Amino acid sequence: MVDAVQDQDDFVPPAEVAEMELYHPKSWLTKYVFSQDAKVIAIQYSFTAIAIGLVALVLSWMMRLQLGFPETFSFIEAEDYYQFITMHGMIMVIYLLTALFLGGFGNYLIPLMVGARDMVFPYVNMLSYWIYLAAVLVLLASFFVPGGPTGAGWTLYPPQAILPGTPGSEGGIVLMLVSLALFIVGFTMGGLNYVVTVLQARTRGMTLMRLPLTIWGIFMATVLALLAFPALFVGAVMMTFDSLLGTSFFMPAISQFGEQLKYGGGSPILFQHLFWFFGHPEVYIVALPAFGIVSDLISVHARRHIFGYRLMVWAIVIIGALSFIVWAHHMYVSGMNPYFGFFFATTTLIIAIPTAIKVYNWVLTLWRGNIQLTVPMLFAIGFIVTFVNGGITGLFLGNVVVDVPLSDTMFVVAHFHMVMGVAPIMVVFGAIYHWFPKMTGRLMNVPMGQFHFWVTFVGAYAIFLPLHYLGFLGVPRRYYAMLDTGFIPESAQDLNAFVTVVVLIVGAAQMLFLYNIAVSMIKGKKSGPNPWRATSLEWQTPQTPPGHGNFGPTLPVVYRWAYAYGLPDATEDYVPQNLAPDQLMSDYDNSGLSHSAAQAAE
Amino acid sequence: MNLLQQLMEKPWLTEDNTVVELRDGRTFALSREKLGLRVFLVVVMVVFSLMMAAYIERKVFSDWHSVPLPWLLWLNTVILVFSSLAMHRAWISARRTEIDGVRVWLYAGGFFALVFLIGQLLAWWELVASGYYAAVDPANAFFFMLTALHGVHLIGGLVAWWRTMAKVTRGCGVVLVRISVELCTVYWHFLLLIWLALFALMLFT
Ligand code: HEM
Ligand SMILES: [Cu+2]
Repeated sequence: MVDAVQDQDDFVPPAEVAEMELYHPKSWLTKYVFSQDAKVIAIQYSFTAIAIGLVALVLSWMMRLQLGFPETFSFIEAEDYYQFITMHGMIMVIYLLTALFLGGFGNYLIPLMVGARDMVFPYVNMLSYWIYLAAVLVLLASFFVPGGPTGAGWTLYPPQAILPGTPGSEGGIVLMLVSLALFIVGFTMGGLNYVVTVLQARTRGMTLMRLPLTIWGIFMATVLALLAFPALFVGAVMMTFDSLLGTSFFMPAISQFGEQLKYGGGSPILFQHLFWFFGHPEVYIVALPAFGIVSDLISVHARRHIFGYRLMVWAIVIIGALSFIVWAHHMYVSGMNPYFGFFFATTTLIIAIPTAIKVYNWVLTLWRGNIQLTVPMLFAIGFIVTFVNGGITGLFLGNVVVDVPLSDTMFVVAHFHMVMGVAPIMVVFGAIYHWFPKMTGRLMNVPMGQFHFWVTFVGAYAIFLPLHYLGFLGVPRRYYAMLDTGFIPESAQDLNAFVTVVVLIVGAAQMLFLYNIAVSMIKGKKSGPNPWRATSLEWQTPQTPPGHGNFGPTLPVVYRWAYAYGLPDATEDYVPQNLAPDQLMSDYDNSGLSHSAAQAAE
Repeated sequence: MNLLQQLMEKPWLTEDNTVVELRDGRTFALSREKLGLRVFLVVVMVVFSLMMAAYIERKVFSDWHSVPLPWLLWLNTVILVFSSLAMHRAWISARRTEIDGVRVWLYAGGFFALVFLIGQLLAWWELVASGYYAAVDPANAFFFMLTALHGVHLIGGLVAWWRTMAKVTRGCGVVLVRISVELCTVYWHFLLLIWLALFALMLFT
């Protein structure tokens, strides 16, 4: 042991891949606008994603106004309503969550947490952002073309998506498809960076099994995205041809208003397969980074090592692999062979096993932990509770016989909002409260944060629990108005009105959150380099916020995993990943002499 | 390095005595560029596989009318093979640090690739001239889409080829262009394989 410390230099073999040369910006424009620094790109991604997310938030208010108080808002026509639901869904899933988790958190955290100076292909990384921005702009442009954006539903099922009668069939649908294709091209450029950086640019000592789970989650989600987005790409290209060139990839022979259309011979079900071959992995593209981040949040804020680290890694990998063989559980009502349904129901239920393991491990990490109810911790707990909720309704829907009556009802809407709307957004909030001090050097206001948490958490349940119930009653999704529907009691309308009121309150709380960000950025309490006393490398940078190149003149060397918390005999209750063992020893010798993380970084 | 072995590590065990031996981050013994290209090729392969799966899914229905493949496609295939071989020669020259060989064979590879693209356009023209429009039948649409997608990827390759060529003519040393030549060659071989798969798929109907 002591020997190892003495000839430490002999003990560290040279890196297999040489350190790369860092790109140095030469002007204001290349430093802040066309920047190749992953941290700047991360912030560009995040702001763009949040901005477009706000558009989707406003759209959801409009939808709820219509559902809660039908016949009150004359400016919302049926066509508008369909356009709102479509754009809301697509923006939230792809342009907000995917872009924020991978382009935002991925870009910011990967180089810092693996101990790299930057992404491996900075130029391509920069292009990735600008193409993403172009995709967002094309999407927004569809609001301003004749006919408006597409109203086909976020699943864009043909043939209705491109036929006259569906709002936006004139131009909106084409812009949507083009925007998706652009997004995928841009994402692929970013994704290459994330994967290769995690595999090739880890600093010395950072073995795969010493990576923080955040990185594992983002890494695996990127792998899923690289393999799943091509399916959406292929679907989008083929549908663009159907719409513009009159080909019939997805269009069967069809007559409209008694008139035979020029289409014939295509297969609409083919599109459904392509869409869900992308669509189901997509839900894990959003969920896996959330899993990873939440693991780190609870470990740091409960001062306890993550329970079952290796199992957590394997669970992420297995969930990722399984998510490619369950897609047809979204197509139980498409008239497929019952044996298919049986197969997909089985695989779907199997996914619950690794997922449950993760939940147990989170709970066991909290168990006997020294739980600090900081704002990030609140959101992390909120995530676990909500995810379990949504996961359980997923098990309902995974069974064909249960799904058939519930399919296309508000129950499905409640399921996926719990599991893919509310839960990941909780993690996004928790992560922002957690890493904000690293990004700005200041803490966010706590009372405001707590208020934000409780309104969001309680509000989410007040919104989505009633939707489960409405789904049981048989209220269909994607209906503009119910009119006279015998089997649905009058009181359902009161429930709908209640939900709408809560939606507006929760929406207002998000404005408080944005206000908190803005104020804390300027006036927040100074946080110092490592306010949460965390072990991972991003907290050990010599500067806060981290400077160009992240880690001063030499890269850190990693000696242990990222979960050395709650150590009984250490002076501090944690040991940073890069604290050399000899420093640690001297610490033990003269206990009482505490080392701050900032010193350790030097 | 062995991926499985890395995933079996137990980082927490040695934690008991708080000192952990030092190890390097153990990466794949591949340069970033090569790994990046491989990841990209996997993505492209998924795109083409899905399109071919869609093609097969559609083809099994009884109302399928195959496109009569123009004989020109055979010639184009041979030209694409030449293109790949030339690129391969360029790579060999680069490894032997013969910059002249690199230049000549790169030119040849790019030239054949261009001829291939023109050949594909002629094949399209032949089909269109005899009335096989994309909008008439799904089989035609698939033919145009698959060939177009392959062509677009080749054009992307030609952009990389152009930049490599520019480096060579600017007089960069052979050591500097070696990696670019290698990446181009791998990409060329990959696109040849994709083309062979597409061609075979459309041939055996
Ligand atoms: C144990 C886990 C899960 C099971 C068994 C499950 C099962 C299902 C099933 C069977 C459906 C189809 C319902 C229908 O259309 O009739 C569905 C829909 C959906 N699920 Fe899950 N799910 C699970 C987890 C998740 C997760 C983790 C997410 C996201 C993070 C998610 C997001 C969605 C979405 C977005 C939809 C609806 C898509 C749409 O039709 O627009 N699910 N789920
Ligand atoms: Cu699914």
